[in-house]
Amino acid sequence: MLDFPRWKVWTIVTTVVVGILLSIPSLIPEATLARAGLAGLPRINLGLDLAGGSHILLEADTADVAKQRLQLMEENVRTEMRRGDTRIEIGDISTAGGKLSFFVRDTTKLDTAVERIRTLTQPAGMTGQRDWDVAVVDSTRIVLTPTKSGLDTAVNDAMDVATDVVRRRIDEMGTREPTIIRQGSERIVVQVPGLQNPEALKSLLGKTAKLEFKLVDLTVSPADIAANRAPPGSQILPYPDNPGGVPAIAVYRRVMVSGDELIDAKQSFDQQGRPVTSIAFNNSGGRKFGRVTTENVGKPFAMILDGKVISAPNINEPILGGQAQISGNFTVQTANELAIALKSGKLPVALKVVEERTVGPDLGADSIRSGTIAAIIATVAVVVFMLVTYGRFGVYANIALVINILMVLGVMALAGATLTLPGIAGFVLTIGAAVDANVLINERIREEQRRGRNVIQSIELGYKEASRAIFDANITNTIAAVIMFMLGTGPVKGFAVVLIIGIATSVFTAVTLTRLMVSRWLRTKRPQTITI
Amino acid sequence: MRLLKLVPDNTNIGFVKLRWIAFSFTLVLTIASLALIGMRGLNLGVDFVGGLMIETEFQKPVSLDELRGKVNQLGVGESSLQQFGQANVVSIRLPLPESTDEGATNAVVKKVQTALSAEYPGVQFRRTDTVSGKVSGELIRTGVIAVVLSIVGIALFSWFRFEWQFGVSTAVAIVHDVIVTMGFFALTQIEFDLSIVAAVLTIVGYSINDKIVIDDRIRENLRKYRQMDMRTLVDLSVNETLPRTVMTSLTLLIALGALLIFGGDVIRGFTAAMMLGILVGTYSSIYVSSSLLISLGVTAQSFAPKAAGNAERVTKRDNEGAVP
Repeated sequence: MLDFPRWKVWTIVTTVVVGILLSIPSLIPEATLARAGLAGLPRINLGLDLAGGSHILLEADTADVAKQRLQLMEENVRTEMRRGDTRIEIGDISTAGGKLSFFVRDTTKLDTAVERIRTLTQPAGMTGQRDWDVAVVDSTRIVLTPTKSGLDTAVNDAMDVATDVVRRRIDEMGTREPTIIRQGSERIVVQVPGLQNPEALKSLLGKTAKLEFKLVDLTVSPADIAANRAPPGSQILPYPDNPGGVPAIAVYRRVMVSGDELIDAKQSFDQQGRPVTSIAFNNSGGRKFGRVTTENVGKPFAMILDGKVISAPNINEPILGGQAQISGNFTVQTANELAIALKSGKLPVALKVVEERTVGPDLGADSIRSGTIAAIIATVAVVVFMLVTYGRFGVYANIALVINILMVLGVMALAGATLTLPGIAGFVLTIGAAVDANVLINERIREEQRRGRNVIQSIELGYKEASRAIFDANITNTIAAVIMFMLGTGPVKGFAVVLIIGIATSVFTAVTLTRLMVSRWLRTKRPQTITI
Repeated sequence: MRLLKLVPDNTNIGFVKLRWIAFSFTLVLTIASLALIGMRGLNLGVDFVGGLMIETEFQKPVSLDELRGKVNQLGVGESSLQQFGQANVVSIRLPLPESTDEGATNAVVKKVQTALSAEYPGVQFRRTDTVSGKVSGELIRTGVIAVVLSIVGIALFSWFRFEWQFGVSTAVAIVHDVIVTMGFFALTQIEFDLSIVAAVLTIVGYSINDKIVIDDRIRENLRKYRQMDMRTLVDLSVNETLPRTVMTSLTLLIALGALLIFGGDVIRGFTAAMMLGILVGTYSSIYVSSSLLISLGVTAQSFAPKAAGNAERVTKRDNEGAVP
C-alpha cells in the first residue's frame, strides 16, 4: 500500500509538473504573454459573463421554410404542366392546409401528370422516403403533401446556409473572435466577446436580405391599393416610407432582377450627399438590369427588401454598367447594414432572437476580481484549518490542495474549457471539497490509532478503508455534474466543467499524491509515533 | 503540538434516540417549505418566466419608488425592481412585449436605457438579459429534468453499491434537501434563476457525499458486528464518522463563506443556496437517511452473502480494537 515503485513515483511527479506548467499561462496577464511572444500557449477562456459581451440565441422560423417550399413547389408544378409538347390543363392550385392540390381537367392525362410531378420530388432522409407524397384523390385531383423528413431536410439545409450567412455578416462587422454554433435542429448560438451594444448586430441578423427589383403597376387605383386589391399578375406590397402618403404600392409580380445576382454592396452617398447602398451585379444581372432600365425609362422601379418596398424611384436613364444605387430613408449606419446584409447573401430562413444576454466589461472585471479574492481567502482559511487540525498530515493535504488548484487550471487550459462566473464558484467549492478526501483519510488514521494500531498499520488502513468512501462519494458527485453538463447551458455548463475536472484532479492529488508524500516520510524518518 | 479536535474522541451521541423528534421536525420543515413554495411562490428570474432584465448601476443610490414610477411611465409594462447588493445597483425586470417581432424587445430595452440615461446622468447598464417565453419554458423543463435525473441516478447508484434500503433513504433525504432549499428561496424571495438550479444540483451531489460516507460505515459495521442491535449500530456509525462530517462541512462552509462575503453580488444567491444546502444536507444525512434505514429494516443479513469473506478478515483484525 505504501510502497511506490520508481516508475510510479516518476509518473506522479511528471503529472504534477505538467499540470502546474499548464496552469502558468493562465495566471499571467494576456498582454504580458503576448509581449513575451508566447500568445499561442493554451489559456483558460473567459466566458461572456466574465469577459463581457453578447450572447444571442437565434431560432429559425420553420413555418417560413414550409411556406417557401410550398410556394416553390407551386411554381414548379405550374411550369412542369406547361412544359414539353403535351401541355396538361390544370385548375387553380390550392395551398390550403399546407398541401398543394389541383384538378387535372383531362382525366386521361392524370397518370402522365402524376409521373411528371414525381420527377419534381427528391429523396429525403435515410428511410428512402421522398420529400413530397404524391396522391390522387377522386380520380381527378392530385394532392402533394410535404413529408416530415422532407421538411426536416429542408430546414437542415436552410440552417447550414443560414449559419454561414450569419458568420459572414458578423465577420463583415469586424467584431473580434465571434463564436457561431449551430444548436439543435433550428437554432444558432452567437457569442461575441466585448460587444457592448448588440442592437446593430441583432438588426443585421434579423434581416433576411432578400432583394428584388420589380416594376411598379401604375394602373391600380389608390382605392384598390388601400383595400389591398390587386389585378392578376400584380401584388400590393407595404411601402412604409412612401412619399405619396399611403404606406403601400402596387407592383407587377414578375421579378426583374434579384439580389442573388449581386457581387458586391457597399455604403456610399448619392449626388445630394444622402447615404445610399451601392450595389454591383454580376454579368447576367447587369445585362438584365440594363435591359429593364432601357425598356422602362421614365417609369418607377421598386426596390423590395424582405417583402417591403424601400423606395421606387423613376428610371431617369438606362443603367448599363451593372452598377446601381439603392436609395431610401437611410442613415450612414443603416445603409452600411444593408450593404453587409446584401453582400453576405440572403438568409434562406427568417431568424428570430429568442434569448439575449449582454454583460458589460466592468461587471465581468468586478466578478473576476472578487472571485479571485474569494478563492485566495478560501484557500488560506482552509489551509490554516487543515494545518491546526492535522499537523503534518495537514501540511501534506495543503500541498495537495495547492497543486490541485493549479492542476484544475492546467487541465482547463489544455481542454480549452471556458471559465464562467458560476465556474469561479465551482472552483471555490472545489477548494473546500478537495480536502474532504484527506479529512476522510486522516480521521480514519486517527480512529485506527485510537484502536491501538501502530503507525504503519493505521496509515495503511486509513488510506485503504477511506478510499472506498472517497470513490463512491466522487462517483455520485460526478453523476450530478455530468447531468448538469449535459442539460445545462452557458454559465451552468462552465460550472459543471470545473466540478468534473476538480473531482478528477482532487482524487489524484488528495489520495495518490499525499500517499506518496506520507510514504516518503515514513521511509526516511521511520517515526514510532505520529501526531494527528 | 496539540492539534485541534472538533469532536472529542469516543463521542457517543444518541442520535437514534432522538429520531422521532427529528422525524417530526423534518416533517414540519418539509411541509412548511412546501407551503411557502405553494403560497409565496418562487421569485423566478427571467430565465424561467421570460421577459427582460436590465441591471443598472447609478452614480448614487436611488429611490426605488421614484425609479419604478419613471419606468412604469414609459408604457413598457409593469416593472419589478430589485436592489442588488449595493444601494446604487438595481435590476429592472420587465415583461416581454406582446408583439413577437424582434424589434419590439430591442425597442423596449432602448427606450428604458435612453430614459434612464436622461434622468440619471452617468448611469451604466451592466447586464441585459432577454429570454423569450419559449426558451424560458425549455429552461424550466431541462432544469426539472436535471434535478430529477440526478436524484434518480444517485439513488440507483446507492442501490447498486449498497442495498435498496440505502437507495430509498438517500433519495428521500435528497428530495427533502431540495424541498427545504427551495423553501428557503420562497421565504427570502431571492431570485431563482438558472445558476440556482446548478447550486441545487451541487447540493444534491454533496449531500449524497455525506450519506455515502455514513452508509459506507454502516455497511462496514454491519459486517463487523453481526449481532449488534441496528439502533446501536447506526449510532456507532454516525458517531464514528462525526469528526469527518463536521470537518468537511466546516471546510466547505469556510470556502463558501469566503465566496459569500468577497465573491461579489452576482453569485451571492447561488452561494447562499449552496451553504444552506450543505447545512441541510448534513442534517439530513444524520437524521433522515440513517434513521430511515432502521425503519426500512436493514440488517446484517442484508449483506450476508457478499460479506462472508470480508467479515471474517475484519473480525480477526479487530480483536485488539477498542470499541467505543
